[in-house]
Amino acid sequence: MSTSAQGIVDRLKSALGEGISVEQLKGYLELQVDPGRLVDVARRLKESGFDHVKSVTAVDYPAKKQIKVIYHVSSMLDEELARYVVGLATSVDRDDPVVPSLVGVWLSAEFHEREVYEYFGVRFDGHPDLRPLLLTPDLAAQKILRKDFKVVEEDDYLKLTFEEYTSTKRWV
Amino acid sequence: MAEASGAVALPGMEVRQLERNLYEVYIGPAHPGSGHMRIIVRVEGDVMVEVDPDIGFVHRTMEKLSEGRDWMKNIPLFERMAILDACNVTLPYVEAVEKLLDVDPPERAKYLRTLLCEINRVASHLYGFGIFGVFLGHSTLYMWAFGDREIFVELAEKLTGARLTHSYPMFGGVRRDMPDDFGKHVRKATAYMRRRLDEYAKIFLNNPNIRSRLEGVGVIPKGRAVEMGLAGPNVRASGVKYDVRLAEPYEAYDRVDFEIPVYEEGDSLARAWQRVDEMRQSLSIMEQAVDWLEKHPREGFIHEKFWKTAPPIYKQVYAGAVPYAGKYRVKMIPLYASLRVPAGRSFARVESGRGEITYYVESDGKDTPYRVRVVSGSFRNVIAFKYAMPGHRLADLPAIYGSFDYFPPEWDR
Repeated sequence: MSTSAQGIVDRLKSALGEGISVEQLKGYLELQVDPGRLVDVARRLKESGFDHVKSVTAVDYPAKKQIKVIYHVSSMLDEELARYVVGLATSVDRDDPVVPSLVGVWLSAEFHEREVYEYFGVRFDGHPDLRPLLLTPDLAAQKILRKDFKVVEEDDYLKLTFEEYTSTKRWV
Repeated sequence: MAEASGAVALPGMEVRQLERNLYEVYIGPAHPGSGHMRIIVRVEGDVMVEVDPDIGFVHRTMEKLSEGRDWMKNIPLFERMAILDACNVTLPYVEAVEKLLDVDPPERAKYLRTLLCEINRVASHLYGFGIFGVFLGHSTLYMWAFGDREIFVELAEKLTGARLTHSYPMFGGVRRDMPDDFGKHVRKATAYMRRRLDEYAKIFLNNPNIRSRLEGVGVIPKGRAVEMGLAGPNVRASGVKYDVRLAEPYEAYDRVDFEIPVYEEGDSLARAWQRVDEMRQSLSIMEQAVDWLEKHPREGFIHEKFWKTAPPIYKQVYAGAVPYAGKYRVKMIPLYASLRVPAGRSFARVESGRGEITYYVESDGKDTPYRVRVVSGSFRNVIAFKYAMPGHRLADLPAIYGSFDYFPPEWDR
């Protein structure tokens, strides 16, 4: 997607208007927009043929105090657009992350947004059914995919005395 | 359960009365058919009015675990998503990392990957078929499909040394080359399977009992399928000609000859036929790949960047000069253990047995990934439970559920 990608970049620029930078990365094109413009740009992308969301990703940057949310979108019906994946990215404050939901634009984002919500605590404004999907509510409250949540590996040995073990025994 | 007046408890189900004639039915997570998944259904009479897929019972947080492991060790980790489709599931991760490393695997490695991907696809469709048979009470198909799947599992074992978790694609190539007599086994398997697929049609797909349960059930129109963002055979059975192998060909798919079957009906029967047709295409791709591999000399199963760091004994083993635990069995190249991937962001996608699987990989130049995001085909199909099922009778739930070729460990990740 090196030489032929110029065509799609021009097509995106004409569809979205000025002021949006298109960055060519390995395997996809990234558009960086402000959270305020997200819905507008998403609508324009949908009108130009990007009909479904492949994945909604969030990346945590503790040093920058930011969380970046990326919607990877592409097309199934338009054969030309199907060759490309476009990442629509927006950065929000890490302490109070709120992003406008794109379920109204792309229904396919519904379950992906629920997943980002439980992993990172990013709230999607206007999502019809925002609740944890895979995790239990207790675990979701810990925002487990943020960088400050550390995975503690289990010890090779059982840290338990014989008395403790016998006291927790369920059988007689 | 018992207190609710008029509620009947079936094995694996829990029923609660909400108001007169409106019941909430909990199916799973220990239901013999549903696998590790719960579906909360609200039924009015026996018509489903609201369906809420409650998933996550085999969730392992692979995306977080991958951040604490070396680049190499994530391949066996992600493989655990769908061990019956192991090559397809790990391939996009390997491709995404290769894009960051700026390494393009040699031609032979691409054909070897294509070959194993198709073996996996057939095995994975047969698994799905067997489960589908059980859902509809057709135990014969279950026995047949699982028996025939064994052939392809054994082919994978001959090629890689492992039945299911082969970790075959490596950065820059594959783990080992194919054995000398592999072509013979592949041709035997494809000839047998083509004959069997005709028999499957006779006993299952054209069986009047099965047809009456599947035809016109769970219809997803084309526009709706795209709107929900379904993936893989499910979207192609609704008339959308979209396949990653066609849209953005990877590995050797731009050099092999195959068709993308498409069905217009969008019902459960079309989804079943779709898989049969895809298996036929996979068998043809397998033969083409093995023909190419036999015609070309054994050179370059892994990129020169990695191969040049291998000790001399590895090269002698690969040339067949030194027999070591069987021919061509090269050990893992030591460079992988200390691999650091240049900083960057990449995205890769592959058409796996259950649909498109995508990886977003971000590196900050360290020996572990900064962020890996994976979305599997099964996960994208979960949304169809919510929107395609309401309106059908509760008895149609297994027929629709089975036709999506569900696989809980893959969507839970």
